[in-house]
Amino acid sequence: MTKRFGFLDRRRDPGYRPAVVRVQDFEPVEQTLTPEQMREQAGRCMECGTPFCHGHGCPLANVIPECNELVYQGRWADALELLLITNPFPEFTGRICPAPCETSCIAGLHGEPVTIREMERAVMDYGYEHGLLSRKPPVRKNQRVAVIGSGPAGLAAAEMLNREGYRVTVYDDAEKPGGILRYGIPGFKLDKALVDRRTGLMREAGIVFECGVRVGEDVAFRYLRDRFDAVCLCFGARKPRDLEVPGRELAGVHFAMDYLVQQNLREDGHAIDPGAEIAAYGKKVVVIGGGDTGSDCLGTALRQGAASVLQIEIMPQPPADRAPENPWPEWPRIVRATSSHKEGGTRRWCVNTKAFLGNRGRVCGMRCVEVEWSGGKCSEKEGSEFEIPADLVLLAMGFTGPAENRLAASIGLELDARGNIRTNADRQTTVDGVFAAGDAVSGQSLVVRAIADGMTAARGIMRYLEARP
Amino acid sequence: MQTIRKERDDVPVRQCRNCFPAPQGLYDPQREHDACGVGFLVNIQGEKSHRIIEQGITVLKNLLHRGATGADPETGDGAGLLFQIPDAFFRKACGALRMDLPPAGEYGVGMLFLPRDPDRRALCRAAVERAAEDEGLRFLGWRDVPVDSSVLGRKALEEMPFVAQCFVSGASGETLERKLCVMRKQAQGKAGAVHAPGDLFYIPSLSSRTIVYKGLMLPKQIAAFYPDLNDEALVSALVIVHQRYSTNTFPSWALAQPFRYLAHNGEINTLQGNRNWMASRENNLRSDVLGDDIRKVLPVIEPGGSDSAAADNVLELLCRAGRSLDHSVAMMIPQAWGTKYPIGPDLRGFFEYHSGLMEPWDGPAAVAFSDGRFIGAVLDRNGLRPARYTLTRDGFMVFASEAGVLDIPPEDVKEKGSLRPGEMIMADVQTGRLMKNIEIKQGLARRQPYRRWVEENRIDIHGFFSAVNPVTADEKNLNFREKLFGYTREDLTVILGPMAATGHEPVGSMGSDQPLAVLSEKPQLLYWYFKQIFAQVTNPPIDPYREELVMSLMTFLGNTDDILSESPQHARLVKLQHPILSNEDLQRIRELPHEDFRSVTLKMDFFSRGSGRDLEDALDSLCRQAETAVRSGARIVILSDRDLAGDRAPIPALLATAAVNRHLIGHGLRTRTGLLVETGEAREVMHLALLLGYGASAVNLYLAYEIIADLAVKKQLPVNLPVTRATKNYFVALQKGLLKIMSKMGISTLRSYRNAQVFEAVGLSSELISRYFTGTPSRVEGIGLDGIAREARARYDFAQDRPLYGDVLTSGGQYAFRKDGERHLWTADTITLLQQAARENDREKYRRYAELINNQTQRQSTLRGLLGFRAQNPVPLEEVEPAGEIMKRFVTGAMSFGSISREAHETLAVAMNRIGGKSNSGEGGEDAARYRPLPNGDSRCSAIKQIASGRFGVTAEYLVNAKELQIKIAQGAKPGEGGQLPGHKVNAEIARVRHSTPGVTLISPPPHHDIYSIEDIAQLIYDLHCANREARVSVKLVSETGVGTVAAGVAKAKADMILISGYDGGTGASPLSSIKHAGVSWELGLSEVQQTLVLNNLRSRVRLQVDGQLKTGRDVVIGALLGAEEFGFATAPLVVCGCLMMRDCHLNTCPVGVATQDPRLRKCFRGKPEHVVNFMRFVAEEVREYMALLGVRRLDDLVGRTDLLQMNEAVDFWKARGIDLSRVLYQAPGPEQDRRCTQKQEHGVEDALDLEIMDRIRPAIEKAERVDLTLPIRNSRRTVGAMISSEIARRRGGQGLPDDTITLRFSGSAGQSFGAFCSRGMTLILEGEANDYAGKGLSGAKIIIRPPAGSAFPPSESVIAGNVLLYGATSGELYLNGRAGERFCIRNSGAIAVAEGAGDHGCEYMTGGRVVILGPVGVNFGAGMSGGIAYVYDETGTFDENCNLDMIDLESVSSAEDEQELRGMIQKHFDCTGSSRAAEILRNWDSARALFVKVFPMEYKKALGRLSREDAETERAEVVND
Repeated sequence: MTKRFGFLDRRRDPGYRPAVVRVQDFEPVEQTLTPEQMREQAGRCMECGTPFCHGHGCPLANVIPECNELVYQGRWADALELLLITNPFPEFTGRICPAPCETSCIAGLHGEPVTIREMERAVMDYGYEHGLLSRKPPVRKNQRVAVIGSGPAGLAAAEMLNREGYRVTVYDDAEKPGGILRYGIPGFKLDKALVDRRTGLMREAGIVFECGVRVGEDVAFRYLRDRFDAVCLCFGARKPRDLEVPGRELAGVHFAMDYLVQQNLREDGHAIDPGAEIAAYGKKVVVIGGGDTGSDCLGTALRQGAASVLQIEIMPQPPADRAPENPWPEWPRIVRATSSHKEGGTRRWCVNTKAFLGNRGRVCGMRCVEVEWSGGKCSEKEGSEFEIPADLVLLAMGFTGPAENRLAASIGLELDARGNIRTNADRQTTVDGVFAAGDAVSGQSLVVRAIADGMTAARGIMRYLEARP
Repeated sequence: MQTIRKERDDVPVRQCRNCFPAPQGLYDPQREHDACGVGFLVNIQGEKSHRIIEQGITVLKNLLHRGATGADPETGDGAGLLFQIPDAFFRKACGALRMDLPPAGEYGVGMLFLPRDPDRRALCRAAVERAAEDEGLRFLGWRDVPVDSSVLGRKALEEMPFVAQCFVSGASGETLERKLCVMRKQAQGKAGAVHAPGDLFYIPSLSSRTIVYKGLMLPKQIAAFYPDLNDEALVSALVIVHQRYSTNTFPSWALAQPFRYLAHNGEINTLQGNRNWMASRENNLRSDVLGDDIRKVLPVIEPGGSDSAAADNVLELLCRAGRSLDHSVAMMIPQAWGTKYPIGPDLRGFFEYHSGLMEPWDGPAAVAFSDGRFIGAVLDRNGLRPARYTLTRDGFMVFASEAGVLDIPPEDVKEKGSLRPGEMIMADVQTGRLMKNIEIKQGLARRQPYRRWVEENRIDIHGFFSAVNPVTADEKNLNFREKLFGYTREDLTVILGPMAATGHEPVGSMGSDQPLAVLSEKPQLLYWYFKQIFAQVTNPPIDPYREELVMSLMTFLGNTDDILSESPQHARLVKLQHPILSNEDLQRIRELPHEDFRSVTLKMDFFSRGSGRDLEDALDSLCRQAETAVRSGARIVILSDRDLAGDRAPIPALLATAAVNRHLIGHGLRTRTGLLVETGEAREVMHLALLLGYGASAVNLYLAYEIIADLAVKKQLPVNLPVTRATKNYFVALQKGLLKIMSKMGISTLRSYRNAQVFEAVGLSSELISRYFTGTPSRVEGIGLDGIAREARARYDFAQDRPLYGDVLTSGGQYAFRKDGERHLWTADTITLLQQAARENDREKYRRYAELINNQTQRQSTLRGLLGFRAQNPVPLEEVEPAGEIMKRFVTGAMSFGSISREAHETLAVAMNRIGGKSNSGEGGEDAARYRPLPNGDSRCSAIKQIASGRFGVTAEYLVNAKELQIKIAQGAKPGEGGQLPGHKVNAEIARVRHSTPGVTLISPPPHHDIYSIEDIAQLIYDLHCANREARVSVKLVSETGVGTVAAGVAKAKADMILISGYDGGTGASPLSSIKHAGVSWELGLSEVQQTLVLNNLRSRVRLQVDGQLKTGRDVVIGALLGAEEFGFATAPLVVCGCLMMRDCHLNTCPVGVATQDPRLRKCFRGKPEHVVNFMRFVAEEVREYMALLGVRRLDDLVGRTDLLQMNEAVDFWKARGIDLSRVLYQAPGPEQDRRCTQKQEHGVEDALDLEIMDRIRPAIEKAERVDLTLPIRNSRRTVGAMISSEIARRRGGQGLPDDTITLRFSGSAGQSFGAFCSRGMTLILEGEANDYAGKGLSGAKIIIRPPAGSAFPPSESVIAGNVLLYGATSGELYLNGRAGERFCIRNSGAIAVAEGAGDHGCEYMTGGRVVILGPVGVNFGAGMSGGIAYVYDETGTFDENCNLDMIDLESVSSAEDEQELRGMIQKHFDCTGSSRAAEILRNWDSARALFVKVFPMEYKKALGRLSREDAETERAEVVND
């Protein structure tokens, strides 16, 4: 049993490396609790009869109370076993998940939530340290599944299918597997060695990775349909939202993802074509978009030695605490400062971009206006127009749908109103034997949701295959 | 008492007509109950007189209030007399008929109930005559018994038989009696063949010694109906009388009592088992005396009879086969004789020997019996029925359920006494001797060297080795077998782990909201389809902990069928201390070297891909193998699912056990066989209880042992323990849990529990039930063998399938929500939506919430989810009565202040008062400050005040501040159980409102100790009507099969409202097995109650309320359609107040301040009355919408309209398809307007003595003027003083009047509840004697009871007051110049009492006050006593033997303070009563003082120490501040 009144004890967060130190490198910023500290923290779990973390917060439905209990008892291996049932990749979610489990933790209702994300991280690290993760499925089935895309959804689908003994091949157009985990998320948030280690384990367990292969071009989709009993499309929602204002064509205005991917490639030892290089060194950087991608750009720009970084957002600044109409256990819409925000840069809210200002084809500034929000609609504040200098502008305003519609169109997949792939509850598309999962189905979302969706698709595929002779 | 139960399928009904309506809807006549008043009178010298008959009738009349009438007030439930054959009378009567009678004793007289139709009557007569001839008797003739039917009630008249007597001769003495017995049995068979169904043919008596006059009538009618009884020539030296109270209005002529040998007040809880065992023995009965005649008297138990009738049949057999009457009675109703019970070894030997022969007929019982020469009475081992007697100096004795039933001048009285638990008393009119318990028992014990027979022959199994050997888990296979037997993670962490770590069953809270087993998509173990039945009202549950000494788990293997003879060989038995076999035990049994105990092991398995058909074949084969083995000499059959072959799946052990047990019973082989079950499937207490309840002799739970061993070795138990210790703890936990389940049904011994089948099934087909679980109620159909096989297969497949990371067991999700586990209705989503809806007053969110709960077509969860509405012509919504009207029907559930925080408690009260609904105080008193309204007009006063078994804070003031007084018989989450508020939770505030001491544990007993039967609840209802004439009285019952007839009895007991709770309701703390497995859904209970009440024409006088997981307007509407007028919510309003279903209420850690007393957490409470009001309004509005759709404008018009419901066709789940709710939707025939309450209940308190004198008392109450009255009293004057007290409490609150303002002097025998709830300022002086419950709930008054002046008997040796005195008293004084009955000062929390002796269980559950006892006490003194102090004068130095030392220390009276207190109390006793014993003690104070023992509860001592320290600190602090 966890500690009876443990939840009244103080929460202890692992915290970050000092900002002045961490902006010098691209190494992970977050620190970790020692196992003993983690055990103490797990003891704060209340083992709720109706655990909101599990039943409401976590898209994976991780059995958090039981994992906490096991950690509290020091039964790390058992905790790992239980965690892996619902979450194939705790090493990722344990680091980059925004942890809706914690914001719906009952201990957090009137006090401080349990450190659930850190618990996942610790349990997984224990598993790696003790060599508990190299395993092969005990039985092999003859049915084959192709997974297209090796982001969180694709990896999750592949992992779950492989555990049941199906023969899985993962295709990705990039050089290495991992998708957004490898290329989208900055290294200071997620160590790429973890992605290598994970994909390595999956290879060992029998999953085949075919990287640098573009399905529909390098390999025909029909070939896949012939060779595999089912196909799962997990190619994400890579089409970024654009900002159609005067001056958009100016050099120095980039999509955030292009900027972040380039940095990750650079870290991975790729030579970047100087002509295509997007670098922030010495520049006045403006990031448009107040979300996580924007924050990642900010952190990356600081590390690249930007002269200044300004992050603007059209929406108003959220409150510091939950608003009455946003009660627990809902996801709290409050102002958050990520580790990057604590490293420098400035943020402005209620700012709309009217135009990019150029100088000889290169962006040199922006004309903006303050807006006011009322009843969900925004209007420009009269006389509030202002200009700001900008040498590098990064557009981090989200994504609008799957980029590879071409493949979808070529095989006749139906899309929904938002341009995402339409599927049923089992994630089967309108084409027999073709499944889809992740952002390609749901639109841009969290890594943890993509993993959950990949698992849903895997279960759908298993049901589909079991029903076939 | 009588319970008609279903007949054995294999025995054709051929006897008396069943006068109950046929089973219909949910009504089943087998669930009838009754209770009664019983008595006997005897002239011990054997002098016969007619007067004794008259006196008998007088006794009956004075017991009238213990009987009942139904809807027809002139039809009683039955009355009768048994007396000696009046030879002179018959000689005269037969002379007139020209019939010559042989000399007295050489002819037999039969009393017969015959059909009224002359032709069929003639056929029956011919059958009787032929039966006489067949037995070689001479048939002398018939006499039509004169009757006056004009005195009968309508119902009785409709059913009236033709009453005739027949006379036969041809033998004498025992031979004649035996032949008459055979003749009667044969006549019944012959007549059964000729009379038409619906006719009554019944033989009340046929004997040369005794005759029975009885019928369906009231006592006052019996002498008028039978003019014979007024004939001076009708004389006897003895008479047994009986007055019946049946729970409903279908009592019958035949079931009136006395029967041929006995009259019974009480109930036999183990009847099903007793019947099964008798049936199993019948083929092998042998008797030297009866010889071949034995075949002619079969079946021993005549079908269609009641439990009392069945007991009478068996008693007759034992006696006719040659055992003496007392011997036979002691065999059937043994006293407690366990090792903790203080009796001698020879007597223990007698009982142990006989327990190997026959299982006890267990249940509350006061039985009077006679064979014409001996007359006597016996009380059950628990002493649950009152039994008082008076003996006069001229050898006359009257024994009855109450004292004072016959006026006897005090100077003639030689002795006043009572029977103690398990005691017997008997007079022999031939020798003129009265034999008391010790003489009878010692005589029996030394008839044969029973002790030596037992010692020399019995084979002990447990106890060869004291410790359990460590089990080693077969780790390689463990995971596979866990899955094969359906283990979940919860089974390990929630069930097995805690049991092994603590030796207790795990505790949980907040009810049950997961689907019924038959609606669950997860494969369910067969156990989950069964629900425990429990005692409510008609018999009491027992406290298995505090009254452990009457309980026994001991059992034998190798019993004999031959119960009619005795020899040392009968003691050749394997004795098990309890029915849980360790692996070594089982091994030893397998290897027993005696040929007598050869065992055979049979595999319980079937083909793993098999269908229901394969399962059936496997069961058939198993039964056949068992039969063959037993026929070829095996005495022990072991059913095993160990080590099955790879393609075999286990047959659910319960199914296999029940099938084999039934098969062996059917072939008359079961009694001689031990049936052991070796199973990996059973793990919980419920599983074990089911296996034993369906016939297993003992069980080995090998897989559970292995899992526990594995957990212990891996240090995965909540505490680290060695394997042996963990296993032992598990055994202990199983035993405790088993005792608890037995005790819930009021069963004391495992031997009579086995085969008693005290379960009902929910979701099993009747085909399956009738084949394998015969006699078990199952009322909504469900799955059969196919479904069972399919679920077994699912487990097998899951175990076979082994993916990577697949070793983890499934989550379970029964006890805590798991997304992949059992579904729950309370989820994060529903909780969140409901809270937001109520807080934001957002009706749209409420709609979404209600949609999630209501729509169960895809995700079915409850029976009501399977129901849909029949389309009607809708009415406009605005024509439907407003929400405000509907909300007045809403109440919140009973939650005590203590179980929930003050904030939560008051929020609910304020909210419910705002909407005109009612909140419920729960059990635990209420702060008097809440009785005054708040400045803003809100009221925190709970409209409903609950009266529960602990009676905490139940004072006169509490009772008058209520609109409704609710007697909580049971609570859905743990029916039949008591509760406990641990001392650490009793803070100063809680202690204050409960009138107890901070830090002292408060125990609520399982039963109300003033309700052991139906006539007792009538008394408590009467008490409460007296204590607050303006409040209505309600009774809370829990759904189970038979609750309908209980409710009918409660309606007849004058309750105004009956609340039917579902089994699934919330709770602050309850054993998990009770939350999940006891009771059934309210849909079943409510519907059964509605049908039974309508059928009985009782519905129109009571309102019905329903509760149990009501969450939405749809739930309310279905409740109304099934019969409810009012609706209770508990969990939902708590959720509205912030509850997040942590299910941790019992830990005090509630993080939202609802169910906690921790000040840090109470601060987190965010609930507001307006939130609760919003919720109630949403529900009411939703109700209105449904009403509009159903075309109904007033809620009253919904009540009972099951025609508006139908099965929901949209539900397509495979298991649910087998469900049939037509019995739930059945409408009992009756006038439409009588489907709901339309009239007020007549309370019958208008004739109370208090009312007669109220005008003379008023000045005292209003102006505190002194009043002193002298009045006569008799036993029919009940609850004297309560009404006066209520007037005082209304005017003057809790502080009452100045001492002695009102002095009332009575002479005579006071009725029950004398001085109940009497307030301060009242002094009641009774010269005479008191019955049960005197001083109940005493609230400050002084009661003095002393024998009348001129009494000849020594008061200090006489019992002058009944049982259960000062129950729940909070303050006041009682002085008793004489001895008290059982349970003196039970749950006293503040009164001062002095008595000169007391019965068993003295000061039980006491939490405060001072008690002095100047004489001997019975066993189990101080059980559960957590507070107060008792001083006992222990002249023999044996007091400690009679104490239950679990919670108390015994000290000498050494301190000056103690001595002063004690001496002061004795002095006051002397001053009040003039007690000569007190005088003598005071005279010799110095030597007497040393003999006093101070009984000091340990916790109380600690708490007092703490308090005095705190007081001292406060004092110091005050000094400093000054």
